[in-house]
Amino acid sequence: MTDAPSSAGDRRSRILGGGGGAGRNVAVALVSTAVVFTALGLLVVNSSGWEEVRQKFLNGEEFRTWFPDVLSAFWLDVKIFCVAEVVILAFALGIAVLRSLPGPVFFPIRALAIVYTDIFRGVPTILVVYILGFGVPGLQLSGVSTDPVIWGTVALVLVYSAYVAEVYRAGIESVHPSQEAAARSLGLSRWQALRFVILPQAVRRVVPPLLNDFIGLQKDTALVALIGPVEAFRQADIGANADFNYTPYFCAAVLFVAVTVPLARFTDWLIARDRRRQQGGRAA
Amino acid sequence: MSEAAAPALRIRDLHKSFGRLEVLRGIDLDVAEHEVICLIGASGSGKSTLLRCIDLLEPVNGGSIVVHGTEVTAPGVDANRVRRGIGIVFQAFNLFPHMSVIDNVTLAPRKVLGTPRRQALGEALELLERFGLADKRDEFPDRLSGGQQQRVAIVRALATRPRLMLLDEVTSALDPELVAEVLGVIRELAAGGMTMLIATHEMGFARDIADRVCFLDAGVLLEQGPPEQIFSAPRERRTQQFLQRIIDAGRL
Repeated sequence: MTDAPSSAGDRRSRILGGGGGAGRNVAVALVSTAVVFTALGLLVVNSSGWEEVRQKFLNGEEFRTWFPDVLSAFWLDVKIFCVAEVVILAFALGIAVLRSLPGPVFFPIRALAIVYTDIFRGVPTILVVYILGFGVPGLQLSGVSTDPVIWGTVALVLVYSAYVAEVYRAGIESVHPSQEAAARSLGLSRWQALRFVILPQAVRRVVPPLLNDFIGLQKDTALVALIGPVEAFRQADIGANADFNYTPYFCAAVLFVAVTVPLARFTDWLIARDRRRQQGGRAA
Repeated sequence: MSEAAAPALRIRDLHKSFGRLEVLRGIDLDVAEHEVICLIGASGSGKSTLLRCIDLLEPVNGGSIVVHGTEVTAPGVDANRVRRGIGIVFQAFNLFPHMSVIDNVTLAPRKVLGTPRRQALGEALELLERFGLADKRDEFPDRLSGGQQQRVAIVRALATRPRLMLLDEVTSALDPELVAEVLGVIRELAAGGMTMLIATHEMGFARDIADRVCFLDAGVLLEQGPPEQIFSAPRERRTQQFLQRIIDAGRL
């Protein structure tokens, strides 16, 4: 094995114009960050309306009063997006695979998959939530749930599956045809080649955009509030209206950020680990 | 041409077009069991396409291919079953980058042949050992040199125990100093009696290893014969021109 002496990380920082060693780069980054944010902070704090804005949006007392309520309501958001994400991962993959089927025989299936993604990416999410949340219970079908949480979740699944299916499809198409040729040449069936060779590579490549869609989904769980259920945003709304103060919204914002940021870092770590494994020391 | 009782491969009047471009224009070729055939010819002469057609990776437009007595171009043939009996190695290795070496090699035996995991592992290790790759079993392809990757690709193709190997310019993507190790592996296969069809630009190697050399020109099998004859006394003018260009380029 002939390993290059320098790691890819070193190379990248040199290309991006950082001179000197890693320690110095970190120091420069820290200092410039501190300067920029101090300047921004001073600008905001010294503005004429700051005291009033602080009272309305960042009121400590209001925060303490409403945070527990918003937090407990936030569990509903967590439940909704956890269930939705699992369903979307599987459902969207199915759509993407159907859309990738070759040959004229499968044209109707491909067409259906295309119509599905076109419609659900085209219609505003809020409308899908309204239509399913009010429309389906309105049909008064026996045996069909009228729970707005369920129909709100279904709406999110339908909309986000359309996006995620396109992400998957991009991943599938990014795998070079020679990989399928190699798999088929070994006697693997089309399905086996997809299952063992193409999809594993495709999914690895689309993890970052997939996560991007999931962050969007997590925020959009707030839309379910519009058909009734009291989740974090709705609870914050109630608090804000009760006290004529916007701080409860800030509670909700903190909670949404608190789940998306760790998820983003976890994904970064996952990608880095995968790259390390496949390429050894070179791109660690 | 030797007309063996049951040839490993029999190709009759094979035609293949990509759109309006006719790449193979009526190929006839017989390959006997244990025979090593080298296909030579300029880029675009149809060597790779011929190999891909034999492995049913490209649909043919006309003619027939019979592998070990089975017409594989007949309608309704199970292409997956056909491909199991044929190993193909590509110019660009085409290893699966998300799998370790051992997983690359055991994938087909386990999923296609249904070999139990433990047995597949044992057989794969045996093959890796034989080609000096046992210590690379847990490496990922990107961490190997080109020569090592191509050897792994050969081992992977051998893992389903094919009776016919197709090698498609397997050394063309390699640095010169890595070519020898791959050619060594092919020599060992030839010595073991493997039937092989080798598309190659390595004329010295072809002269060494081939029982027969076939010259393809613009989709036609223009001339074939023992390497001594093809390389020292080619009959066709196109063959003479091709070899002259190779000699001028210092590659023979």
